[in-house]
Amino acid sequence: MSTLEIRNLHVSVETDSAEGREILRGVDLTIRRGETHAIMGPNGSGKSTLAYSIAGHPKYTITSGTVTLDGVDVLAMSVDERARAGVFLAMQYPVEVPGVSVSNFLRSSVTAVRGEAPKLRTWVKEVRDSMAALEMDPVFAERSVNEGFSGGEKKRHEILQMALLKPKIAILDETDSGLDVDALRIVSGGIESVRAAGQTGILLITHYTRILRYVKPEFVHVMAGGRIVDSGGPELAAVLEDSGYDRYVKTTEPAGTAA
Amino acid sequence: MVTAPIHNDSRDGSSSASGAAGSAVLVPGSSTGSPLGSKPGVSAGTGRPDSRPRLVRSRDPEAHPVPTGREEEWRFTPLRRLRGLLTGPAADATVEVSVDAPAPVTVEHVGSGDKRVGRVLTPADRVAAFAMTRAEDVVVVTVPAEAMPDEPVVVRVHGTGGTVYGHLVVEVGAFASATVVLDHTGTATFAGNVELSVGDSASLTLVSLQDWDAGAVHVGAHAARVGRDARFRSFTVTLGGDLVRLSPTVTYAGPGGDAELYGLFFTDAGQHQEHRLLVDHGPRSCRSRVAYKGALRGEGAHAVWIGDVVIGADAVGTDTYELNRNLVLTDGARADSVPNLEISTGEVVGAGHASATGRFDDEALFYLMARGIPADEARRLVVRGFFAEIVDRIEIDSLRERITAAVEAELGGAG
Repeated sequence: MSTLEIRNLHVSVETDSAEGREILRGVDLTIRRGETHAIMGPNGSGKSTLAYSIAGHPKYTITSGTVTLDGVDVLAMSVDERARAGVFLAMQYPVEVPGVSVSNFLRSSVTAVRGEAPKLRTWVKEVRDSMAALEMDPVFAERSVNEGFSGGEKKRHEILQMALLKPKIAILDETDSGLDVDALRIVSGGIESVRAAGQTGILLITHYTRILRYVKPEFVHVMAGGRIVDSGGPELAAVLEDSGYDRYVKTTEPAGTAA
Repeated sequence: MVTAPIHNDSRDGSSSASGAAGSAVLVPGSSTGSPLGSKPGVSAGTGRPDSRPRLVRSRDPEAHPVPTGREEEWRFTPLRRLRGLLTGPAADATVEVSVDAPAPVTVEHVGSGDKRVGRVLTPADRVAAFAMTRAEDVVVVTVPAEAMPDEPVVVRVHGTGGTVYGHLVVEVGAFASATVVLDHTGTATFAGNVELSVGDSASLTLVSLQDWDAGAVHVGAHAARVGRDARFRSFTVTLGGDLVRLSPTVTYAGPGGDAELYGLFFTDAGQHQEHRLLVDHGPRSCRSRVAYKGALRGEGAHAVWIGDVVIGADAVGTDTYELNRNLVLTDGARADSVPNLEISTGEVVGAGHASATGRFDDEALFYLMARGIPADEARRLVVRGFFAEIVDRIEIDSLRERITAAVEAELGGAG
């Protein structure tokens, strides 16, 4: 049973001042393989910072706390080591890599994560089937990574990678943002099939509840002011749908000194 | 230090160019990248504007003034590192020249007085004039009319030190089609001209590799004249040398000519690599495309790209676009990029340029690493992808592989 444990995580972001600005102020969260968690919260609450900190983006500095995967220190690993250890981040804004084809990129990535190059024959079929499940045209594989992709294509490409890499823990950062209803349905279907396989713990970061119509989390957390301020089951999402984040924002803002 | 002085990207389409009908518009692209015709008052005279390069054209070296380094044509070039080429020192060495030419291509070695020397190229600077008058072994490659050799013509120039003048003439007859590879290796202080005559409806691809050892100095004028309905493609690949300064120029002998000039350079610490292009659209309905991409790495790496395009008053129906992209991999490197577009007719299909110099994209690196790809491999993927647009067009497998391997070897040294 793979487990990602986040304990008392404090994270600062680089700013012009020497100190940096503290974004996360003590996050605690445990995600086990097979579980689906949703983190919801207003803009600026630290949701994306949590995602990028776990993946190891150099912009963020961990000032205290721990992140472990099955007891192993994730924070001591380089970005690529984290990915190979089984941590996956589906990005809100996937980056363009001109001149590198999707097929070459996927093969390089899968080779690195699996530790050996996939056999050509099974690989071609695997990619084709995964793309078909996400309703992606096969010519997509010959395009440069994310270059000129529509918002929906970028998100489908992220979910395609997740399906191929079969991570232990997948963090999906606002994967639902910028998607129309059809694209949301397709992307959600991709997430659901990874979830149904039961091999991946999913952390779904979202601002809106609409993706939760398609992907049903067992756990819902509310993030505000750089902390998890409430946790519950799916019913919590329904409450947020009705009442919004106002009461969390009001109660947590003065609490910054507690860090 | 700031390593990227030029950062612009302007795409000037036909719609803006056509607004300049009947008057001369000078667009100094350089760092502003303003849309064509959007700078009223820059120059709107009548008649042909003053074309910046080409002040003197002569095969007599003494007709060209000795540059001081302040001239527009020389201001980027470290004159002291030219090893005296501007004063025309006597040749004190030779380069080993070998030519592989498939039938029915012929190869001759002639003197500089041969009537085929200077047909296309009229030197625009002292070094080119010295090379033309002092080259003792002028190589003339002739592709007869209608010939289509399957294999490329390969001209290998290997330097073994010392000062050398060289001159290569390639004449491609009407309706012929050929590829010429010019491969520079070893070391030399080399002033070498290339004259290319592409006959009517003929097709020529030139690959010029500057794969010199570290100490080489190479100054060259590469002049191509493209015949009526002819096609010329060139790949200028500069990897080595202490100082390389090439001036590729294209003129058209008739309507319907098509020229594509591609370039790739990898400028390492201490290297000066300069490419000065001029495409001169005289006749109507010709097309040109220029795309040069360079990567720079290390202290004192200096790349210069000048892209001049002149559209004459009679060149209606011209379609031209030029692009330069530079990827600065480390601190301490400098890229200068100056596109210039000079237009004397507004009746064009398209006229535009783009230039951008940027640092290595750390977000791309993060993205690839977040997918498990180790940093070194991720860097290689990004740089290989950057150059793919150029390299993938080269149709000779062995050359493509050699260039890719050379670029990756340069990256490998980054540690």
